[in-house]
Formats: sequence, structure tokens, C-alpha cells
Amino acid sequence: MKLDAGTPSGPLETRWMRHREEMKLVNPANKRKFRVLVVGSGLGGGSAAASLAGLGYHVGCFCLQDSPRRAHSIAAQGGINAAKNYPNDGDSIWRLFYDTIKGGDYRSRESNVYRLAEVSNEIIDQCIAQGVPFAREYGGLLANRSFGGAQVSRTFYARGQTGQQLLLGAYSALSRQIHLGAVSMHPRTEMLDLVVKDGRAVGIVTRNVVTGELESWAGDAVVLATGGYGNIYYLSTNAKASNMSACFRAWKRGAGMANPCFVQIHPTCIPMSGEYQSKLTLMSESLRNDGRVWVPKKAGDTRAPGDIPEDERDYYLERRYPSFGNLVPRDVASRAAKMVCDEGRGVGKTGLGVYLDFAEAIERLGEGAVRERYGNLFHMYEEITDEDPYKVPMRIYPAIHYTMGGLWVDYNLMSTIPGLHVIGEANFSDHGANRLGASALMQGLADGYFVLPYTMGHWLATAGPSGIATDDPAFAAVRREVDARIERLVAADGTRSADSLHRELGKLMWNACGMSRTAEGLKDALAKLPGMREEFWKTLKVPGSGEEFNLNLEQAGRVADYYDFAEVMFRDALAREESSGGHFRDEFQTPEGEALRDDENFSHVSVWEYVGADKAPTMHKEELSFEFVTPTTRSYK
Amino acid sequence: MNITLKIWRQKSAGAKGRFETYSLSDVLEEMSFLEMLDVLNEQLLREGKDPVMFDNDCREGICGTCSLVINGEPHGPERAATVCQLYMRKFENGDTITIEPWRAGAFPVLRDLAVDRGALDRIIQSGGYVSVKTGGTPDANSIPVAKPDAELAMDAASCIGCGACVAACKNASAMLFVAAKVGQLAHLPQGQPERLPRARAMVAAMDVEGFGACSNTYDCEAACPKEISVSFIQELHRDFRKGLLAGR
Ligand SMILES: Cc1cc2nc3c(=O)[nH]c(=O)nc-3n(C[C@H](O)[C@H](O)[C@H](O)COP(=O)(O)OP(=O)(O)OC[C@H]3O[C@@H](n4cnc5c(N)ncnc54)[C@H](O)[C@@H]3O)c2cc1C
Ligand code: FES
Repeated sequence: MKLDAGTPSGPLETRWMRHREEMKLVNPANKRKFRVLVVGSGLGGGSAAASLAGLGYHVGCFCLQDSPRRAHSIAAQGGINAAKNYPNDGDSIWRLFYDTIKGGDYRSRESNVYRLAEVSNEIIDQCIAQGVPFAREYGGLLANRSFGGAQVSRTFYARGQTGQQLLLGAYSALSRQIHLGAVSMHPRTEMLDLVVKDGRAVGIVTRNVVTGELESWAGDAVVLATGGYGNIYYLSTNAKASNMSACFRAWKRGAGMANPCFVQIHPTCIPMSGEYQSKLTLMSESLRNDGRVWVPKKAGDTRAPGDIPEDERDYYLERRYPSFGNLVPRDVASRAAKMVCDEGRGVGKTGLGVYLDFAEAIERLGEGAVRERYGNLFHMYEEITDEDPYKVPMRIYPAIHYTMGGLWVDYNLMSTIPGLHVIGEANFSDHGANRLGASALMQGLADGYFVLPYTMGHWLATAGPSGIATDDPAFAAVRREVDARIERLVAADGTRSADSLHRELGKLMWNACGMSRTAEGLKDALAKLPGMREEFWKTLKVPGSGEEFNLNLEQAGRVADYYDFAEVMFRDALAREESSGGHFRDEFQTPEGEALRDDENFSHVSVWEYVGADKAPTMHKEELSFEFVTPTTRSYK
Repeated sequence: MNITLKIWRQKSAGAKGRFETYSLSDVLEEMSFLEMLDVLNEQLLREGKDPVMFDNDCREGICGTCSLVINGEPHGPERAATVCQLYMRKFENGDTITIEPWRAGAFPVLRDLAVDRGALDRIIQSGGYVSVKTGGTPDANSIPVAKPDAELAMDAASCIGCGACVAACKNASAMLFVAAKVGQLAHLPQGQPERLPRARAMVAAMDVEGFGACSNTYDCEAACPKEISVSFIQELHRDFRKGLLAGR
């Protein structure tokens, strides 16, 4: 596997500009001769499909939901970052770049991250032009707030519904292109495989989830914008349909998989309450602007929070990290919560929870102001827990939230399969080992609006039309494989649902590859996996057939893929003998319990290659070099 | 607690549907309504029966996918909430709960409780946007918006496109849905150039899709999980008439 990131050289500030000038262009009259298949309609896919169609390419867009507007991006609450420096508090492109590199624990590419910070401002301009109703000050200008890992206010937001409003902006642009006939939209359609011919991605095979019909689509380029794989843990903050099968199929066809063990655990989610639980609900990080995190000082203290006097409370984030306080990055906050719970100081029935307390904010600002800022989140919390956060502190606990790992891409967002591009959360992205809050929306839209539309032109101008139609034998071969997989699933006639088996796999993932990892635990999990996979195929039951609307079949296919992908994650976590960002290996920590990075040996991207069934995947390295920032121990003290 | 469920079962779009009755024990108060249905589906699978198909995704009230009529009410008894935000503590031991899909000519049933809401997407495609391409836009702060207008635009924009308004309306009108999109853009300077033609195009698209006329009974507002105000419908009427007069 050849890993040529193709990052430009020269001064950081001009790299993207120069690269744009050097890339080839497609003549306007030729653009309509090219067909691009975009899988996914979230912030990445929606913005890319609309932008590419606007340029004149023929675009086919596919999504699982009944409408492109319902992609998982819709659920993002808190906000989107940009280096506008509207509050005049010292922000700049450099600072956003620096915070993101540092926040990612120095495991991402300088060139990519700088480009991300650079285009962040254009994203806000674009969204405003579309009519996205961002929050405003009384003077009519845009409002900002703070998020974790930054000391400036650079986060734009639309109440607690930022993702929804940004996605509706992208969806409206997409809808316009559908109306103009430039995009053909295929909702309720699942990509089941990628077609590669002579080393080039030339199309996809999909299943219409309502009728079960399989279809082939040929394209001169394929774009995967299919989101992250957090749901491999079963319980996560992701939507139920979020899955990684599209990327997994691409991996099996030769796309490198980068840093799969880099998973983000979000510190502020509503704790789990029972075995029947189907998902975990995030309470936006923005709450840490005003909420104070604490637990009792004494282990096993079962008093109601109101009965615990101030001096018997431990505001442990403020104590340990005085300069960032409650706004430390997510990995740091999550680990700190785990640590106090491990000490027996956790709160709530299960002991797996910490308080997020608004009493001080309510006193300082008044209940009205707090309601205006966080009303809908408080409402949501009360619906779920039956507790009123205006009166008693919220209980929160970390949960799986986001995956920094994903398919490897070069500077042009192209995977190791020529023609296959990957954007949004699905790629291994710009976030290194840990993503800062409000940066996923920024990256998804940067990729789709302002990076891919340029780099796609370069690919098409360089490679030319693929010349492969769906009657090519390459398509027939892939369809036979897809058919066989569906038949095998439908034939499964055991006793258990894919869902219940998935729950078990999720527990293994969480215990072995969650908030803290050990060589021993990972080896043990790797040893258990084959047996569990066998058990899956033996006990699985898929009711109904492949020729109908069959949710159980869809789920079973995704869970089957998770068993195989789990192995790659375990191997990656085992191979990375350091702690960085979201990847915390117990063996590698400072005496104070902070992550201990090993730049000497692990300043690289780990890229896994599929080399055949029943063979362990092989690992390749893309070395990271830092020319402009010096990796230091991340300190938020 | 123990509950009885009467659920609409329909094999496919063309098939005839009917209610089936199921009983479920050990339902916990902390379960969400959809988690209760998950438990039912596990039970059906063990009994060798077809699980109940229902649409859902985010399970936190924002994607607009879930779409159940519970005891005659779209999204059920909870005010300002989607059915995925409904918890079993709202019900009592021994209750019988009837569950149906959205009922509207423009929303054909696909299977059991899942319907096709593509008509709503087509309404948006007819003009529910500001016609801008990617790039070349002015600096965001060069377009100031008075806070009250921004707030009104945001109120309208919080529509999740679930279609509960249609399911609640005796004419199965999509007026509140259309009014919310038109209203969002009508309250922003960016939406002004296309304001009147947008209102007319979207209302025309709504008619083509087979949604009924506004019944003026405002059941839509009561059913809306995001509490979108019917005042947006009045504004839509005004823009629509202005557009007619102006011939735009
Ligand atoms: C609860 C929550 C809150 C968040 N809040 C924030 C925030 O405040 N700020 C921030 O920056 N980030 C936030 N994030 C992260 C952010 O929302 C996501 O990382 C981002 O939206 C992902 O966008 P995407 O376009 O890559 O993928 P998605 O939005 O996940 O879209 C994936 C698309 O791919 C389609 N798809 C998937 N598989 C297939 C297949 N096989 N065939 C066809 N289609 C397929 C889906 O239908 C969908 O259209 C949050 C995440 C969560 C879970
Ligand atoms: S499932 Fe998303 S709103 Fe109910």
C-alpha cells in the first residue's frame, strides 16, 4: 500500500492557495460528461453533492434515511467553529490551527489542519447566504460562545440545534440542485459495495431498502460521506442508522483504514439507566460554559446533592486544570470523570455519573438567562430523567460520541483507491487523536463546500472518464458477492436478533477499547472475538426475506461487519503503545494520570490494509512531521 | 407494568392492513416508547413472527424520522415532543395503546407504521431555499439581522419536517410545514429577493402532491413537536396573495 499524502510544501499560509492554482481544471463544457456518486447526505455529503452539481457535474446522491435532511448531522447541538475573530478576543487562523493540532494531541497533518482553519470563515459566510439562522447579538451581528480546548469564543450556534440548521442549509442547496435536475437523489438506499476495476473506483452497488432491489451505479468518482463508526459500541450518541459498512466494504476493496482506535468519548451524556437502553443522549458541551462539574469529596457519599455542603464537594476539573477549568478538552474531561467514579465517588444509582451543576450560573445570570441559553437541553434532560435541572444538578457520564479514525485520505481527500474520495467523519480527518468541540461540523462542511469541489476537478481532469458502464463484468462480480452475503444473512435461522448480539459486542468494545485500554485487555478481546463471531452466525435470526422492507436484515449486515472491524480496532489500539488524545493506554501515563505520548515512536498515522480473509491486516505508517509547531505535552493546567 | 398494544400491520404499500393486538409485560417506566417497541420486536422475533416496522433514527427529537399516531394523537400525549421523546412513565399499568402510522393520501404506507414522506422533500425542491451557489458570498457580518427577526426565523426553522401537522389535520394539509419554511426565509434579508415566488411555488407544489387545503382548525400547531406557531400560516397567506397580485 503506497501512502503519498501529497501535502504541498512551502510556507504554511500559502500552501492551499498554491495547491489550488496548480491543480488541473475541467472545462465547463466537459463537466457534464462526468458523473460523481456521493454516498451520504449529511453535512459532508449534502454540501459536496450540492457544490459539485453547482459546478456542472452530474451527481447521484444516496442516503439511508427517507429524506436527505435526516442524516445524523442533524443531531449536532452545540456549534461550529470559525476563525472570524468577531468578538475581537485574539482569535486568528493560526490560533484555530494551533488549538486543533494541539487538541488532537499532535497526531494530525499540519497542512490539512491549517487548510481547515483557513476555510472555516468561508463556511460561515456560505451558511449566512443560505439563510441559516445563527444566534445574533442585539445589534444584529453574529453571536459566539466558547467550547472546550480554546480560550477564545469562536463558536457560532443556532440555539441548541446548530447541526440541524447547518444541515437544512446544505439540504436546501441540495434540493435546489435536485430541482434543477443536476442531482438525482436516492433516499432509503443503502450502498452495499464498491466496484473497483483495474485499481480505480468505478461505481457502487446499492439496495433499495423498501423493495430490496439491488442496483448498480457507474461513476467517474465515488465519494463516501457515510459518517463515523461510533455505533460499533452499540451504545453511543449516534443515530441508530449510523454505521460503517460502506467504509468497511471500501476497506476490503483496498482502501487504507487510518487510526481506527482513535475514538472520542464525550464527557457530558446522560448516564445509562438500564439494559433495555437503545442509545445515549448527549448534553451539549456548551453546557460546560456555565455548568460546574463536581462529585462529593468522600467516596460512597449517598446524600442528595443539595445536602452536600460546598466544602465537601470536589470541583475536580477546576481544581486540576485551573486555566481551562470546566472547559478542558473532551478526552481530558472524560478521563477525569472515570477516575473519580473509579475512586467510588460517582453519583446516581449506578455510581457512574458526576454532577453538572447550574446553581451558581442561575444565581449569577438569573433563571431566565439560563433558560434562554440552554432551555431546550434542560427540557430534553428532564424528559429523559424526570429530574428538573433548574433545581437539582444534572447527572452526566462519558459516552462514545465520535470517531477520529476512518478511511485514510491524501491532501486531496482521496483514499488509497484512486477515484474513491472520503469526506466528513468517515475519513481519518484532521482531528488527530482527539477532536475539539464544534470542529466536526466545520470539517464536514469544509470538505464538502470548499475542498472537494476543487480536488475533484483535479482528479477528473487527470484521470478522465472511467469508461466503465454497469454492464461491465466488474459490476456483475460484485453483485454476486452482495447477493451471497444477503442470502447468508436471510438464511440465518437461530434464535437471536442482530440487535441483541450487537449489544454484547458493544460491551466487549467498551471494556477493552473504551476510555482506557491495556495490552492485556486488548489481547483478551482479540482472543474472544472469533468465538463471538461464530456465535453470531450460529444464533442470529433474520426474519423475512431480502425482497422486502426488512430492518432486521439491514441491521444484521452492519453488525456482521462490526465483528470484523472490531478486530482492526483492537489491533490498532494494541499496536499504539502510547497514550494520545482519546486513546488512553493504562501502561502509558504520567504520575498525575495524564496521557503520556511517545513522539519518538508513534508520531505517525497507522494505516491498516486488508490482505484477505483469515489473515491479520497489515499496518503501514504515514510519518507525521511538524515544521511549524513543536509537539509538547498538552497542558490545560 | 403490563400493557396491551393494538398496532397497525400492513405488509407492503399495496397490501390491505389491519390492527393486531399484542400484550407486553415487564415494561419499565424509564423506557422510551420506542424502546418499548424494541422489546416487543424482540418478543415477536422469539415467537417467529414478523417484527413491527417503524421509522426512527436519532431518538432524541431532532431528525423528524419517528412518526407514530398514538391513541389518535400524532407523536402521542406528550406536548412539544416527538414520539421518541415519549417515556413509558406517561402510561399506566393495564393501559391499551393504539399505534397507527401517519394517515394522509400524500403519505402512502410502506410497511406497518412506516410511510413515504417524499412529498415534503418535493415541496422544498420547488423553492424552499435561497438560490445561492457555493462560494463568492459576502462576509457574514455584512448582513445584520435584528435579533427579533433572527429569533422568529429560528422559531420557524426549528421545523423537523416530521409531518405530524399533516397527520393531525382533517384535510391532511401541509400548510404549517410550508409556512415554516417560507416564514424562516421571509424573516431574513437573504430570503427577500425570492420571497413572493417562493410562497407561490411551494403552495402550488403542495397542491400537486395531493395535500388538502388549510382547515383553519389549527390542530397542526397542537401536534407540532416544535410548537411552530400558526401565525406563520397567516404570514404565508399574505405573501401568497401579494405574489398573486404582483404576478410573481
Ligand atoms: C449528538 C451529537 C451532537 C454533536 N454535536 C456536534 C457539535 O455541536 N459540533 C460539531 O462540530 N460536531 C458535533 N457532532 C459531530 C457531528 O455531528 C458529526 O461528526 C457530523 O455531523 C458527521 O457528518 P457527516 O456528513 O460526516 O456524516 P453523517 O451526518 O453521519 O451522514 C452520514 C450519511 O451517510 C449515509 N449513509 C451511511 N451509510 C450509508 C450506506 N451504506 N449507504 C448509503 N448511505 C449511507 C447516511 O444516510 C447519511 O446521509 C455531534 C455528534 C452527535 C452524535
Ligand atoms: S427519531 Fe429522530 S425525531 Fe424521533
